[in-house]
Order: sequence, then structure tokens, then C-alpha cells
Amino acid sequence: MLRLYGKIFKTGVITEKVRKPGRPGAEPDEFVQTGEQLKKIVDRRFRGSLAIRQVDAGSCNGCELEIHAVNNAYYDVERFGVHFVASPRHADILMVTGPVSRHMEEALRRTWAATPEPKWVIAVGDCGDCGGEFGVSYASCGAVSNVIPVDLAIPGCPPTPTALLQGLLTLCGRL
Amino acid sequence: MTQDAEINPCHVLSLKLAGSDLAVRPQDPSPLSPAKVLELAAADWGKAAAIAQTEGWRWAGVWAEDRGARLDVRACLEKQGCYLLLQTAVESAQPALPSHAHSYWAAERPERQLQDLFGIRFEDHPDPRRWARHQAWGEAEHPLRKDFPAAGTVSGPTPPDKDYAFLKAQGPSVYEIPVGPVHAGIIEPGHFRFLAVGETVLHLEERLGYVHKGIEKIAEGRDPAGLARLAGRVSGDSTVGHAWAGCMAMERAAGLEIPERAASLRGILAERERVINHLWDLAALCNDVGFAFGYYQFGRLRELWLRENREWFGHRLLMDRIVPGGVAADLAADAAAKMGKSVAKLRRELDELLTILDANSSLEDRFLGAGILSAELAAALGAVGFVGRASGQCFDVRRDAPYAPYDRLQVRVPLETQGDVSSRFWVRYKELRAALRLLEALLQSLPAGAIVAPWIEPAADAQGFAAVEGWRGEILAFVRFAPGNRIARYWPRDPSVVNWPALEKLVLGNIVPDFPVCNKSVNGSYSGHDL
Repeated sequence: MLRLYGKIFKTGVITEKVRKPGRPGAEPDEFVQTGEQLKKIVDRRFRGSLAIRQVDAGSCNGCELEIHAVNNAYYDVERFGVHFVASPRHADILMVTGPVSRHMEEALRRTWAATPEPKWVIAVGDCGDCGGEFGVSYASCGAVSNVIPVDLAIPGCPPTPTALLQGLLTLCGRL
Repeated sequence: MTQDAEINPCHVLSLKLAGSDLAVRPQDPSPLSPAKVLELAAADWGKAAAIAQTEGWRWAGVWAEDRGARLDVRACLEKQGCYLLLQTAVESAQPALPSHAHSYWAAERPERQLQDLFGIRFEDHPDPRRWARHQAWGEAEHPLRKDFPAAGTVSGPTPPDKDYAFLKAQGPSVYEIPVGPVHAGIIEPGHFRFLAVGETVLHLEERLGYVHKGIEKIAEGRDPAGLARLAGRVSGDSTVGHAWAGCMAMERAAGLEIPERAASLRGILAERERVINHLWDLAALCNDVGFAFGYYQFGRLRELWLRENREWFGHRLLMDRIVPGGVAADLAADAAAKMGKSVAKLRRELDELLTILDANSSLEDRFLGAGILSAELAAALGAVGFVGRASGQCFDVRRDAPYAPYDRLQVRVPLETQGDVSSRFWVRYKELRAALRLLEALLQSLPAGAIVAPWIEPAADAQGFAAVEGWRGEILAFVRFAPGNRIARYWPRDPSVVNWPALEKLVLGNIVPDFPVCNKSVNGSYSGHDL
């Protein structure tokens, strides 16, 4: 047990902090600055708590890996008041990855219907944005906006954690 | 019998089949070398599988091709690193075949997939329910037939799939728990139907196919670069593995040798993918039993490697780094030196974490004895990758059917025999260590030279088959070319296809709250399965 605590202390707090621009590791800096701006909006508009429900509507699972990454100890998106919830009924925002497979089409509609107003939808990744590598076919509806109303798309294959946070900021900045 | 026939399992089986009055015709030379191809009559399809099963062959997959008046069907078997493809043809108008599912559990769902996508009826199939098909196309339509338009035949909203006949149980204390397709976490969609008594799982039925997005169909007509991109998105976490298998199949069809440096770089990319995914699985397994320390520590190490990927190869998940003929990103000398240091650093961190995890009784309490997959069951299911290797199935394509660069390396294949969550946790840990050794060996012997060979346009009808060891296990790919450097058929087989049924078995008798950790210990890809 002592070893465990020793490792915790030795690792320290690795969550990336605001650093002066121009220092090495530009991406985390960008992430933190975006996050600070986002936090102000979340504090003001969402009483400090913005709830996101992620829905995989047909993705290759690449986008999920990067959405997961925004929760790791380096990015720790929760410090900005953003957290992922287990039910659409608790969500302010649906973060949907695509392309929307036809077999997930109705499940996505129902998830959207189960999300209380006011609600917003972010289509994540090139596939969610425009169908990406998969497009529209007998099995795929393509872009998320072909199935439910979308407020913002975050392109990328997959988008990086920083791009995901910038997307959130863009959306919240409009509200 | 020549001495060669005694040692080559393909010859032995071929003789055995001929000896059982089956008309077999080996295709010589094999069009899918190094795999061997045995042609047989459709009527003998089931008998051949029964004989192969008694001879100890593993069933690895089945695919079909629309060849106009006939459908070609091939089943892939493996023994001692030899790949054998059984081949037959059925009439397109009334395609019917005996099922392999009586001899091989693993054949059950893939045959249902062929039934839905090609309209092949497996006459004596134990469970002829639909599998790939939900409600996006009709029962009489078969999307992988050439006359079925890629755009489909219906427009408008797709209805929900309401009438799938799940197994029902009756009795005063049995109840059902339907889970999914939308799950509670950041995870892919699928449906699990539990039958439970109290907290104990009496039965689990998986219903997959929710992320079927027509990969095989939209592969048709692509050029090689386009197919490599698509292959890299069969399952995003296995982008290197699938892109490699797809490219290797195309290169074999084209008769193209990739440069030595390209092969080594592919090896480095694949081992990095293995390390990153194993770290993530170790993290997630800790998370699923509430051990936050492990979750954050392994997640931290993973993030560091993702950042290195971005710095050295230009993409965090290494997508589109493998291209037909080689790789798209070279490794600079200074980056190679840095990678060597990073490997050593990760090993030190793992040493440190090992003692902490090993001494943690609460972790042991949840892992040990949970979700047992016996060695017998794993063999019967044909489980591959870490799921198989945690249950005594010691197979690894890199060692047993080696390809460049592994053919010049010593690949250590860790094995566990208990078959529980603990075994699947520790076998990953050991595989991680083995991958670090391979990375060092690859870095030390990185050949100089080109990283990509100029593409050679393959002849029309040229075909290729490949097997590579992805981080989840054996990945298979088949490619046939149409005239003009275009893909006529692409069939990828993710290891998840054979491992998903293992989850249904290993969760039996466990409590429902242990399902997440059991599921994560198998960690099947939904996308790689559904295609």
C-alpha cells in the first residue's frame, strides 16, 4: 500500500496547467486556454456543470478513443465543468460519432428524443460531419445531420482532444 | 506418404479427406500463397469440416464471392501455423451448402452473416436466424451480390429491429435484462440480453450488427490506396493491424515485395499499437473494478505514447501510416533514439506498477476466478489473441506463420492457463513487455533504404490472402482485384468475430455487476465484427 501512495506522490499532478505561450508542448497549452474560456461559459450558462452524453451511432471506434482521452489525467476535462453522463436524460449535449449506420438510426432518434430541452448536438469526426470514409450506402445514413438536427460538427479522423474541446467552446460561445 | 506430407498438416488433411472418399483437388500452385487451397464439392463441405475438426484444425472464417452464375465460398482453417482454405462453389440461383457449425462453434455466426449478405442457405444450420441483417434491407435482398446497388433499394427512415427472437426462459424467478444498443459509457453499440436469477447470469445472448456500415460493399471499386484507408477504419483501435493485413493481401495479389525498412517500420507501428491498446485495456479493467489508481496510471502512460505517435509519425492513432507498398511515415534517427529511451522508461514504470498491482488484494479479489473460459472451451470456440492465450491457446501469427519483419525476430508468446479475468489482465501485461522487447529489436536492426515500393498494377482477377497478428489477435484479409487496379472483393476478419461468442460463455454463473469487467477483459470490437 505504501508503494501505491509513493507512486501517487511521485507522479504528482500531471494535469496540464496554463503556461506562457511559446513554451514547448503547444497543444496542451492550447487545450488549457480553450478549457479556461469554456469554463467561464459553463459557469455562467450551465451553473458550472455541462453534461454530455456520447452516442456511437456507427463509428469505427477511433473517435471514442479520443473522446475518452479528454478525460485522462493530462487533459482532465472535468476541471472545466464538463462531464460525461450515462443517460441522455441527464444530458445538455449529445456528442454523436458516425457515420450513422441504418441499424443505429432509430436508436439515435430515440436517444435524441430522450434528451430534455434545451439540448444541442455535436457531430464528432469526419464521418459524423459528412459521412467520411463510409458515406451514404445501403447500410449507412452518412452524416449525423441526415438523421437528427446538428448544431456543430467537429471534423477530424479522429479529432484530437484539443479539437474536441475547441468544438465545445465554439458551440457554447454561440449560446 | 512422403516425409514432407508427414510434417505438413495441409498434406495430411488432404490425404485424410481423399481417404474418406471426398473428391478434393488441391490448387497447385496456390493462388493465395502461402495459404493452401483445397477445392471440394459442395456436397462434401460439411464432411470436410468434420474431418478437419477431428484432425485438430482451428476454424478461422468463411467468406463468399459473387462470380456471376456461381458463388465461390472459402473457409479458412489453421493448424500449426499452416493456413488452409477449403473452397467450393454453389449456384447463384439456389445457393445451398451444408453447415460447418456442427463441427465448429465459430462457424455459426459467420454462416448466418453469409446467409444475410449473399443469400446462401446453410441447410442443416443449428440456428438459421438472421444475424447481420436488422431492418435496413429486406430478407430477399443480399447486399454483397453484385446486382445489389451499394446505395441500397429503400429510402426513408429505417424501422427499429423489434422482432428478433431472443431465447426466452420461463419460471418464477427468472428475469430478463435488456442492455443496449446505446450503452452507459463511451463505448460502441450492441445489445446484450441477460437472463438472470437473482444476481446470477443464467444466460447471455449477444445481438450485434448495429454498426454494420457496409464496409465489404463500399470496398468494391476502390483503388489500392482507398482500400488501405478503408481497412484502417474497420476498427479504429486496430487501424495498423487491419491496414497491414489489407495491404499485405493486395501486395501478394500484385506480387509486390515491400522494402525491408518498410516491413520493419510496419512492425514498429504494429507493436506501438499493441502497447497503447494493452495499456488502455489494463487501465479500463482497473476502472471496471473501481481501482482508480490503475486507471489513471495506465491511462497516463498511454497518453504519453499517443503524443509520441503524433510527434514521430504524425497521427496519434497511427491512421493511414500503412499504405500499399510500404509506409507513409519514416522514422528519423533522432526519433528512433528517443523511442528507445521511451521504451526503457515505460518498462521501468511497468516494473513499478507490477509490484503495486500484485500486492493489491482488492484487485485480486475481483479479477481472480471471474469470467472463466476453460482451455477446452477456448479451443472449441477457436478463441484467438489474448482471449485464447489467457486460456492456454498458444497461437500467435507473428511466431507461428511469420511474416516480415517478425520472420527474423524471436517472438515470445506469453501464455496463461486459468482463463479468468485475471489471466486476461496478466497476459496483456506480459504481451506488453514482449512488445517492448520487439520494439527494441526492431529499432536496433532498422534497415536503411526506401519506405515504399512503387505500386505494380495487378492482373485482373489477381487475389491475395494475408494473416497478421493485430493487438487483439489474428487478423485475416482477402482481396481480389477487378480490371484497372480496382478492388472486386475485400473480406477482413477481425479477431473479435471469433472471440465475441466466448463472452457469452465465460459470463455464465457470474453476477450481473461483474459483466462490465468480463466484457472489458474480452474487449471485442463491435465495428470490426459488424463491418
